[in-house]
Amino acid sequence: MSAELFSVFYQFADVFAFLILSAAGLAIVFGMMGVINMAHGEFIMCGAYVTVGLVNLGVPLPIAQLLAALTAGIIGMIVEYLIVRRFYKRPLDSLLATWGLSLIVTQSMLLIVGSAVRGIGTPEGSFAIGGYTFSTYRLVLFGCAVAVLAGLYIIFMKTRFGVIARATMQNAAMAKALGARTGRIYSISFGIGTALAGLCGALYAPTMTLIPTMGATFVVESFVTVVIGGANVLLGTAPAAVFLAMIRMALNASYGQIIGQIGMLFAVILIIRVLPEGLSSVLVRRGR
Amino acid sequence: MLKLLDGPQTLGRGKTFWSCFLAVLAGALIYPVFADSYDVGNFAYFLIWIFMALGLCLMWGYGGMLSFGQTFFFGIAGYGYGVLAINMGGGTATIAALVLSVVIAMIAAGILGYFMIWGGISGIFFGIVTLSATLVLAFFLGQTAGPEWHIGPARLNGFNGMKGMDPLTVGNFDIEGSALYYLMIALIVIVYVALRMLVNSSIGNVIVATRENPQRAEMLGYDVRKYQLLTFVIGSGLAGLSGALYTSWGQFITPSSIGLPAAAMPIVWVAFSGRNDLTATLVGSFLLLFGFQTITVYSQQAALVLMGVLLLATVMLAPQGFVLGIGKLVVDLWTRRRRRDEAPALADAGRLQSDET
Repeated sequence: MSAELFSVFYQFADVFAFLILSAAGLAIVFGMMGVINMAHGEFIMCGAYVTVGLVNLGVPLPIAQLLAALTAGIIGMIVEYLIVRRFYKRPLDSLLATWGLSLIVTQSMLLIVGSAVRGIGTPEGSFAIGGYTFSTYRLVLFGCAVAVLAGLYIIFMKTRFGVIARATMQNAAMAKALGARTGRIYSISFGIGTALAGLCGALYAPTMTLIPTMGATFVVESFVTVVIGGANVLLGTAPAAVFLAMIRMALNASYGQIIGQIGMLFAVILIIRVLPEGLSSVLVRRGR
Repeated sequence: MLKLLDGPQTLGRGKTFWSCFLAVLAGALIYPVFADSYDVGNFAYFLIWIFMALGLCLMWGYGGMLSFGQTFFFGIAGYGYGVLAINMGGGTATIAALVLSVVIAMIAAGILGYFMIWGGISGIFFGIVTLSATLVLAFFLGQTAGPEWHIGPARLNGFNGMKGMDPLTVGNFDIEGSALYYLMIALIVIVYVALRMLVNSSIGNVIVATRENPQRAEMLGYDVRKYQLLTFVIGSGLAGLSGALYTSWGQFITPSSIGLPAAAMPIVWVAFSGRNDLTATLVGSFLLLFGFQTITVYSQQAALVLMGVLLLATVMLAPQGFVLGIGKLVVDLWTRRRRRDEAPALADAGRLQSDET
């Protein structure tokens, strides 16, 4: 019995980790600046490629993954400086600009790197509970997802940067008047967002085939999680991921991945009819 | 009715504009006499996509709804035409298949639009919800390779796509080559003129008022949601028309014409052309399709990189669109010179209306 229970938890943890890791970066950027980064998938791809490249050079996997996240974060800050910061007043145009960027990056990668890169296998290791075998790495991913949430909680709730960032989020003009350097806050937030995207790619790099278009695998999940979650990462994205993961897990188990994805989309479309501002608006209202 | 052809919502009016329009139309009509049949077929191929662009122009430029789901409805109608044409048999039934598949796309737009518009989704989220639906449809169709995925005798065939449907046919006459070309020209003229009348009518004024300020439009007593849904259904239906014509043109359709990067293409055409005007979208989309096709012959990736560059350049340098901007510039120079040379009273004849909305 406990083996079945654990199996259910394991499947839930798998989907939950995927949703949180793919959506966290997007949610931070959206929450802070009201911008949806359409090149999010490309930052994920960047993280995956850097990881695999470094591992093939002989760097140990965990270090390669951290370096990949860092790389994506730095590239993100450069992109923010060159492109995104011009569009904070025009969110729809930021959508188009980053989509243009995404097209350029994906297709250039196809031109330069070609379609296939030698991947690295999923780290070995599995454990058995009552006749079922589970991959350890999937649980590591779940642990990382929880760690990301905890890390964001600490950054945004317990540090000086977090206080200023939340002030900027609430009223940028007022925060600026009080002396906060909002431009730098935006730049760092965008960097954190793309670093998390890179981390997502880095963590999933060992489990999937590396192709330049791999970002598309993550974007639907990250979009719907952010749509349901609304502007608040901790109070929105996390509950949204729990909720969507339960739907997805139930459907995946009985009908397979694609029906799970379709079911998740239908659930999202139904929810936006009832809760247009996302889960976080309800939770925030309750909290007051 | 005809008075609605020229109005505050469309650029280009008066004798000069319409004589240019007729001259271009006449050129398009005699083109197949001079060109070989391969080029005519290629031209017909460019024209297929124009409907999708005009639909997006209506939704985005006039209605203020940035839909990333044009290829979603393109795919629904494209696959719909295939399934219906195979199931109903060829012959004149293909015309019914075309009409029905567009109707199916419009019903799908009505359902999706109802949930989004009545749920109050707008702006950025409108884009990413429609894009999510598009990508999920592409993923779904991509994994239908097995023989169990069929509707009647029509196999969906996964990534390889569906094939084996008949082209549009009347009796024993296949509408292909220059016949298809003339059909496209006729449809484009009808759609273009009808959209001009729509946006200049009282309905069009409400659509534009909603784009400018939904609350104000609502306070004036209009149920803006109904107008938004109408805009969304028409715009998506036009994408459906493109899809059904595409399937009929090549007698195949694959999921790659739905997912990324295909979904970005209508956005690039309309953004580059100038989303606020139907004529600019018509001209600009055609030019881009022509250019894209020319480069694709050498490298598809390079052509797509160029599309990305154009999109980025448009939003950074000319957010209102390049074709629209250049068109206005040319007309301004032209009218200024004429004003200097001739009597000032004549100057207004060919002028594009220059007030920004």
